[in-house]
Amino acid sequence: MGEPGTKELLSLEELEAAGSFRTGRKHILSILVENKPGVLTRITGLFARRGFNIDTLAVGPTDDETVSRITLTLDGAVQSIDQVTKQLHKLINVLKIRDLEPTDTMARELALFKISADGASRSEVMQVCEIFRAKIVDVSKRTLVAEVTGTQEKIDAFERMVRPFGLVEMARTGEIAIARGRAET
Amino acid sequence: MRAVDALMECLKAEGVEVVFGLPGGANLPTYDAFYDAGIRHILVRHEAGGGHAAEGYAKATGQVGVALGTSGPGATNLVTPICDAMMDSVPVVFLTGQVRTELLGTDGFQEADTIGITMPIVKHSVMIQHPLELPRAIHEAFHIARTGRPGPVVVDIPTDLSRADIPYEPITDVHLPGYQPTTDGNQKQIRLAAKALANARRPVMYAGGGTIGAAAELRELATSDRLPVTCTVMGLGSFPASHPQWLGMLGMHGTRTANYAMDEADLIVAVGARFDDRVTAKLSEFAPHAKFIHIDIDPAEISKNVPAHIPIVGYAANILPRLTAEYRALEPDPARLEEWWHRIDAWRTRYPLSYTESEDAEIKPQYMVQALYEATEGNAIVTSDVGQHQMWAAQHYHFDRPRQWINSGGLGTMGFGLPAAMGAKVGRPDETVVCITGDGSFQMNTQELATCAQNGIGVKVFVMNNGYLGMVRQWQELFWDRRYSQVHTGQYPDFVKLAEAYGATGMRLTDKHTLVEGMRQALAIEGPVVVDVRVAAEENVYPMIAPGQAARDMVG
Ligand SMILES: Cc1cc2nc3c(=O)[nH]c(=O)nc-3n(C[C@H](O)[C@H](O)[C@H](O)COP(=O)(O)OP(=O)(O)OC[C@H]3O[C@@H](n4cnc5c(N)ncnc54)[C@H](O)[C@@H]3O)c2cc1C
Ligand SMILES: Cc1ncc(C[n+]2csc(CCOP(=O)(O)OP(=O)(O)O)c2C)c(N)n1
Ligand SMILES: [Mg+2]
Repeated sequence: MGEPGTKELLSLEELEAAGSFRTGRKHILSILVENKPGVLTRITGLFARRGFNIDTLAVGPTDDETVSRITLTLDGAVQSIDQVTKQLHKLINVLKIRDLEPTDTMARELALFKISADGASRSEVMQVCEIFRAKIVDVSKRTLVAEVTGTQEKIDAFERMVRPFGLVEMARTGEIAIARGRAET
Repeated sequence: MRAVDALMECLKAEGVEVVFGLPGGANLPTYDAFYDAGIRHILVRHEAGGGHAAEGYAKATGQVGVALGTSGPGATNLVTPICDAMMDSVPVVFLTGQVRTELLGTDGFQEADTIGITMPIVKHSVMIQHPLELPRAIHEAFHIARTGRPGPVVVDIPTDLSRADIPYEPITDVHLPGYQPTTDGNQKQIRLAAKALANARRPVMYAGGGTIGAAAELRELATSDRLPVTCTVMGLGSFPASHPQWLGMLGMHGTRTANYAMDEADLIVAVGARFDDRVTAKLSEFAPHAKFIHIDIDPAEISKNVPAHIPIVGYAANILPRLTAEYRALEPDPARLEEWWHRIDAWRTRYPLSYTESEDAEIKPQYMVQALYEATEGNAIVTSDVGQHQMWAAQHYHFDRPRQWINSGGLGTMGFGLPAAMGAKVGRPDETVVCITGDGSFQMNTQELATCAQNGIGVKVFVMNNGYLGMVRQWQELFWDRRYSQVHTGQYPDFVKLAEAYGATGMRLTDKHTLVEGMRQALAIEGPVVVDVRVAAEENVYPMIAPGQAARDMVG
C-alpha cells in the first residue's frame, strides 16, 4: 500500500491499520556494550528509526569496567524486534544482546514516591507501604517519600494504591534484569 | 611526530594511493601533512564530488576509498556520499575535520555535530578524543570499512588534537571485540543447499552486489550445471551478459525472462542480494513457488524481507566453491533442467528487450546505449547517474566482467555519475571510463569537470539529453494522468559551452546515422570530454513492473 508515485488516495483508517501496533508482549533486552561515548545514542537511534517506543531504559556498569549493561523494555511484534536485534548486533561497540524470556528472568525496578500524608492519612499510607515493603526515606509535615523495589507490575500496583492519597511526584529507574539460574545474561 | 603525520603513516600502511578532498580551517593541519607525505591528493571542487569519487575508486578497484572534508559545511557536504556508500555497501573512509575540543558544543565557527548527523548512515564512526587514539582509530576504520559487509566509516578529528606531538609506533593488529563477522558459512547448511539445488527442477540464481568480488566462483557454480542466472542492478557484470545461461537483469526494469523465471522458480539461490523492493515488487506475490537459499555476509539481511529456508552466512567467495563441490559430488542429473530451459528459451525468444526505432535521424535513448557499446567494443568501465538513462544503460550495455558497471542503486543519488567516473579513472587509468548521465543528474556535480581537466583525468561523459527529469516524467505520464509537474528542463545549459568553460572538450551529437562514429571520435580525444547527445524526449523505460504489481504482470 502507498507505493510512492502512485495516485491512489490513502484513507487514514487504512494507514493506521497497516501501521504496527503494540502487541502487548513485553520484551526485556539486555545489551552489553563497550563503555564508549555515543553508544547509547546509536542503540536508541535504531529503535527510533523503526518507530519503536522504548518503555524503560537503564544503563549501568558491570563487573568489567570497560563494559556497560543497557537494559531496555519495550513492546513490539516479534518479527520486528528480531530485525532490530540483528541490526543492534551490527553496531561495532555492541558486545552481546539477550532478548530475555520474562519467565526465566529476574527483573527489578526501583521507584521513589512522594505522597501527601498529613495527619489523617499518614498512618494509612504507612500501612500500604508496609504491605509493599516500601521504605520510608523522608518525612515532612505534609508528605513522605517511599522507596519501593520490585517488578514493574508491583510498582504499578503500589502506584495505584497510593494515588488516591495524593501523589506529589514519582521517579522510576526502569527495570534491570538478569537471567535466572546459572546461565549468563 | 604530529598526530597528522602519524595519520599519513597510517594511510600509507593501509596502502592508500590516492585521496579526494578539499581543505578548510579545521583540517589545515592534515593538509599541511599532505604537502610532502607522498600520498596523491586530488583537490575536488565540492566535497560531495570527492565522496562519490572515493566510491567510484572503491567500486572500480575493490580497495578502500578515502575522502576528506573540513568541519561544518565540509562535513555536511559529505553526507550524501556517506549515505550512498552505506546503501550500496561501498568501503570508504571519510576523514572530517572538527573544531578544537574546547569549542565542541558551543556553536563554534564551522562546528557541526558530524558524528550525530551521520550516525544512522555509517557502518561505524568515531570522534577522536585523545591524540594517542588516532593511529588505532584509523586502522580500525579501514578494517571495518573493508571487511564483513563493506561500508562507510567516519573519523572526525578535532583540529587541536591533530596538531599534538605524539610518539608513533606502527600498529599491526586491530582489536574489536564487538565486531567479528562470520565469514566461512556453515558446512551443514552448505550441504543442505547442495541437496536442495540438486533436486530443484526450476532453479534460478539471483546474484547481487555481494557477488562482485566472487564472480569466478559464481560462474563456476552456475556452469557446473546449466543453472540460469539473473543479477540485480548492483550485481551486473558478476555474471557475463554474453553467457548463454544469462537471463538478463531482474526487477522493476529487468527482463521479462528473468522476472518470469523468478515467478515460476521452485528454488532461488540468492547470493549477496538483499531482496530490495525494486526486485520483489509486490512482496506477497514474489516468487510464490520458490524455496530460498540465502547466502549473505550480513545476518541481518537473512529473512529481512523474504524468509530464507536455507540461510548461509559468510563471504560468497568462501561459500560458493564449497557449495559447488558438494553439488558436483551429488552428480545431479542435468536432464532434469531441460523442461525448465525450454520454458526459459521460449520467453527469451518471445520477449527480447526491444524498442521502436525512429524513422528519421532521431536518436532513441536505447540506441544511444547500444551505440556506446559498439563504440567502446563493450569494454569500457561505465558509470551512470540516476534516472531513465541509468536503466537503459543497465539494460542495453551488456556487462561481461565485474567492476565494469558503477552506479548508485540503493540511494539513487543524482550527481553520482561524473565524480564516480573520475574516481574510477584514477583507480584504473588504463581503462576507458565513460559516464552515461542525464541532463538533470549531470548538473548535480558538474563542477568536477574542473578537477578532471586540471588533473588530466580523461573521463568521457555522454549526456543523454532528453530535456526532462525523465524518470519522474515517465511516472507522471503513466500513473498521474500525464500532469507534468516541474519536470521540464528545456535545453539548459549548453553542455558544449559548459564543457569548454571547464577546460574539457565539448561535442554535440544529434543524428543516429553518425552517432557511433561521433562517439568513437569523442573517445579518441585526450582528457575529459562531454558529449551532449540529443535523444527522443518522451521515451519510456520498458518493460516495467508497475508499482504495487507482481512480476508476472509486467507491462511494455
Ligand atoms: C531508478 C532506479 C531503478 C531501479 N530499478 C531496479 C531494478 O529494476 N532491478 C534491480 O535489481 N534494482 C533496481 N534498482 C536498484 C535497487 O534500488 C537496489 O539498489 C538493488 O536492487 C539492490 O541490489 P542487491 O540486492 O544486489 O544489493 P546490494 O545493495 O548490492 O547489497 C549487497 C548485498 O550483498 C551482501 N554482501 C556484500 N558483500 C558480500 C560478500 N562478499 N559475500 C556475501 N554477501 C555480501 C550485503 O550484505 C548485501 O545484503 C533501481 C534503482 C534506481 C535508482
Ligand atoms: C538528488 C536526487 N534528487 C531527486 C531524485 C529523484 N529523481 C530520480 S530520477 C530523476 C530524474 C533524473 O533526470 P535526468 O538526470 O535528466 O535523467 P533521465 O531520467 O531524464 O534519464 C529524479 C529527479 C534523485 N534520484 N536524486
Ligand atoms: Mg533527462
